Amino acid sequence: MGAQQREYRQRSRSVQSTKKITRAMELIAASRVVKARQRVAQTTPYANAITRAVSAVASFADVDHPLTTERETVRRAGVLIISSDRGLAGAYSGSVMKRSEQLRELLEEDEGKEMVPYLTGRKAEGYYRFRGRSFEQSWSGFSDAPTFEVAREIAQRLTADFIAGSENGGVDELHIVSTRFVNMVTQEVQVVRLLPLEVVEDEAPVADEDIYPLYEFEPDGAQVLDALLPKYVTSRIWNALLQASASELAARQRAMKSATDNAEELIKTYTRLANQARQAEITQEISEIVGGASALADAK
Amino acid sequence: MSALKVELVAADRKVWEGEASMVSARSIDGELGILPGHTPLLGVLVTGDVRIATGGGDETVTIDSGFLSVDHDRVVIVADNVDAASLTSTPTA
Repeated sequence: MGAQQREYRQRSRSVQSTKKITRAMELIAASRVVKARQRVAQTTPYANAITRAVSAVASFADVDHPLTTERETVRRAGVLIISSDRGLAGAYSGSVMKRSEQLRELLEEDEGKEMVPYLTGRKAEGYYRFRGRSFEQSWSGFSDAPTFEVAREIAQRLTADFIAGSENGGVDELHIVSTRFVNMVTQEVQVVRLLPLEVVEDEAPVADEDIYPLYEFEPDGAQVLDALLPKYVTSRIWNALLQASASELAARQRAMKSATDNAEELIKTYTRLANQARQAEITQEISEIVGGASALADAK
Repeated sequence: MSALKVELVAADRKVWEGEASMVSARSIDGELGILPGHTPLLGVLVTGDVRIATGGGDETVTIDSGFLSVDHDRVVIVADNVDAASLTSTPTA
């Protein structure tokens, strides 16, 4: 076998084993994205119940709560960036980071605030470390299957920093950059202002029966709000984390699908080239034999 | 008297749903009992047991902090974590 032919066959084999890997990753992502979507769906009752309760208190009890009060001057704005732990998910992490950079520009250059980053996912951490930028805190190791405890931990830290305010090293407002799962083909990067809270029922459309009755509060409105609002923040973060995990897996599935397709294309090309090289070799050998034979015949 | 429609919701799933004649839970101020026809109420719950009296016996679960809302005989109990090990009937998804 000629050198050229061997080279093509070798490359084709290497692409074939890559294809096996990407195919396996595609299948794994495909099966896990189903589970991730189920988790998003399963947490909807909790989110709805909390949103309903918060809206009910907000519309009846006329109490001011630090978590809902706008600060007059905002100096430091916290941004929670939700990215992934692992790559090979196409543009997933890249587009989250890009969006966060746009937000930084908006906050720092247009509005004159200082951006305070909070990161989740190793990719975001790597992005900041590589550029030598500082960040407030990072959480990682759970991006494709977040737990409620993680959401609560993040929420506690962020709420505490918000309540502390910029004078005490905290923040005056808080945004989340995350990916919203629309469907298997569409995932949108979105920026949401989390704190101070604006209670809007955007996730759950209100039915007619949902007009709030005159609630009694136990023990009283302010205390109920005190207990509910941190839960509301947690549930928003929890929902963002779950949506992000579903988006990550969907993005990975798509990226791996196109990688597999590309590998197939490459294998086809290399097979053709190898066949061509083999044919060229055979043609050359025949013409050498024919040439040799006729030279012998001429010599007689 | 009509029965209460009860939903028990944890952070990651709906734990239980069904009809009951009485619900009792521990609020900040003390034990709280809900019977059909209760006025709309929003109460903060502390760690403790929630008892749901159904036709076929009592269901008791342990929750950590959460809250409870009652309106038109619909009771929603929300907690971050629910220990559902002691549930006798199967949860409805």
